[in-house]
Amino acid sequence: MTMAAALNSALDHAMELDDKVIIIGEDVADPAGGVLKVTKGLSTKYGTGRVRATPIAEQAIVGAAIGAALGGYRPVAEVMYMDFTAVALDQIVNHAAKLRYMSGGASPVPLTIRTCIGMQRFGAQHAQSLEAWFMHTPGIKVVMPSTATEAKGLLASCIADDDPCLFVENFAMVFSQKGDVPVGEFRIPLGEAAVKRAGSDVSVITYGAAVHTALEAAEQAAAAGISLEVIDLRTLMPLDWDTVLQSVSLTRRAIVLHDATMFCGPGAEIAARIHEELFEELLAPVKRLGAAYTPAPYAPSGLPFLPTAADVLAGAKQLTG
Amino acid sequence: MVASARARERYPGRPARTSRQRGADGHRTIDCDTTTLESYEPTVRAYAPQHSWEQMVTNTLSETDPTRNALSPADMLRLYRSMRLIAAVDQRINQEVRAGTLNAATYPVRGLEGSCAAVGLNLRPVDQLVSTYRNLGDALAKGSSLDALVAEIYGRLTGASKGKGGAMHLQDQSVGFVTSTGIVGSGIPIAVGLGVAAQLDGSDRVVVTTFGDGATSIGAFHESMNLASLWRLPVIFVCQNNQWGEHTPIAEYAASTDLAGRAAAYAMASARVDGFDPIATALEVRVAVERARRGEGPTFLEVVTYRLTGHSGVSDYSYVPKDALARALERDPVPTFRRRMVEQGVAPVAEIEEIDSQIAAEVDAAFSKALEEPFPPPSERFTDVFADERLVQGL
Ligand SMILES: Cc1ncc(C[n+]2csc(CCOP(=O)(O)OP(=O)(O)O)c2C)c(N)n1
Ligand SMILES: [Mg+2]
Repeated sequence: MTMAAALNSALDHAMELDDKVIIIGEDVADPAGGVLKVTKGLSTKYGTGRVRATPIAEQAIVGAAIGAALGGYRPVAEVMYMDFTAVALDQIVNHAAKLRYMSGGASPVPLTIRTCIGMQRFGAQHAQSLEAWFMHTPGIKVVMPSTATEAKGLLASCIADDDPCLFVENFAMVFSQKGDVPVGEFRIPLGEAAVKRAGSDVSVITYGAAVHTALEAAEQAAAAGISLEVIDLRTLMPLDWDTVLQSVSLTRRAIVLHDATMFCGPGAEIAARIHEELFEELLAPVKRLGAAYTPAPYAPSGLPFLPTAADVLAGAKQLTG
Repeated sequence: MVASARARERYPGRPARTSRQRGADGHRTIDCDTTTLESYEPTVRAYAPQHSWEQMVTNTLSETDPTRNALSPADMLRLYRSMRLIAAVDQRINQEVRAGTLNAATYPVRGLEGSCAAVGLNLRPVDQLVSTYRNLGDALAKGSSLDALVAEIYGRLTGASKGKGGAMHLQDQSVGFVTSTGIVGSGIPIAVGLGVAAQLDGSDRVVVTTFGDGATSIGAFHESMNLASLWRLPVIFVCQNNQWGEHTPIAEYAASTDLAGRAAAYAMASARVDGFDPIATALEVRVAVERARRGEGPTFLEVVTYRLTGHSGVSDYSYVPKDALARALERDPVPTFRRRMVEQGVAPVAEIEEIDSQIAAEVDAAFSKALEEPFPPPSERFTDVFADERLVQGL
């Protein structure tokens, strides 16, 4: 099953289980069924009352989803690309993330916003990994799966969660990731990292698409006699510090890796925390790898941008050398 | 990263601590797999449109009467040349994308050739244009360099933006083609700001912004319409109403499909014109441009056409009702206008054929040339983020 089908299955079960679950977004209804096909068939099955295709109006999509959440529903809003969350940032940052707190707990917002990271080849406005913006905003959870199975389990948990969750998909992975996804209802709790490969020399702490970069690097490192442990955070808020710190205290070396800009990226927080907690145990400073401090370059060649497996391998050699 | 003068003062004699610079190699660039793009397809399901573009055109608010104000033969030839160039480049891009020899997200402009050329015909090089991802017609009609555009689409160093912006963000500042945005509706307020600058300069230059019908649902559109009207800015809002926003026909996303009518709510002049008729469109644009040059404020122009292709270069459009599409294709602007010119004897057929073959050769040359051009070198990696690239190195 592709990640697209896995996401569809999570939405389908959530809608079947709870008639308060509704979907709102551009082209989400059939016949289109979402521009990436993730909501295919759902409007046919549950009706266009619960699966609402909208005009191109991200502020209204997210704002109305917040309102519906306050009105007792569990909306899943879709913002086609993560870059377009910028258009709805006021609703996400000033409202969804703050309403519970500003109301002293009276107004929780059980909202899920699904969005998708595009591709460098689409240009600088369809390729951004902006998760750090939202991690930096108290009150919204941030979830980024790397496999089809986890996409299903984590999306189901987001929808059932009583807080706003930003669920970040990835254009390439929606189609390329395939797996034996459990049928039926299935959840993976938020805030639990997964050790994707056990190792003893260096912990690579990562999430989303970069998990696959790390796994590729781990293969290459093994051939070079270096054992990498790959930790897939899966959720960035809440973040599974226990797994991160346990792993690093065993390997005593760490790389944090992501496709978001390295400068002020999620890895900065993780590296700082590792240094604070494990300073004496570390054999080397934590190494950060992330996207270069530039907008995503369109040119298919010549302007290096995202970290590669070769960068991870070089980092691991540097730390163990 | 630049060494700080303050830090040098405070810690004299100690070497500056700047971050280690990151190597240029070893970073991956993602290549977009066209098979993946193919699976971006919608499945086939046609549904009846609630109204046709013909009805929208009949219900016109046009101020001009094309039969009375015909364009000069010279202007008609200029229009045709511009339309033909747009069509030739558009066709070639689609061909390359479909063949997998050009790996890019591109947005066809077939059906818009006449309306884009009509805008270009009425603008001077100092006038400015802000476009969208569906920018090719606007870019060429405004006089952008063909070589620089094609090289940009191929991500080459000699491209209009050194290969950094790409197909969705074409620009040629040297001819007033200011920018193209990939975010629906976001170019509109930027055009308003260019209008403010023109007004403050006391210049009679005008600003045009093009956007789709779908963009009229975005808040920024409404905010900008009000501002431009309030400040009587020299801005012309050209809404390219191709009746679709991706998979959604206009009647399914707009409670009122009378887009031109929305201008009244902002006390702004407006007109609806048949965008398949380049002459009618050119005359309507002329009225709006003259109004703006006289300092009499903005105009909203609804240019009614029909999307003759898929939304993007690779997307299928079998969800578009066959009959509506077939009727729209009968008015495909380039062949239609060509026929009209021949029938009216605007130019001898031989002259028109000469234009066609000249343009075909020009386009061939631009594509061959682009493929010979180099990709941007690693030395370009950190340039253009800020004015001073040293701020970025090592980050
Ligand atoms: C803010 C925003 N939302 C959604 C999109 C995705 N998107 C790209 S083009 C498009 C349809 C736009 O329709 P319209 O404005 O009519 O222009 P057309 O493509 O028909 O020329 C959509 C939804 C986007 N680029 N930006
Ligand atoms: Mg449209």
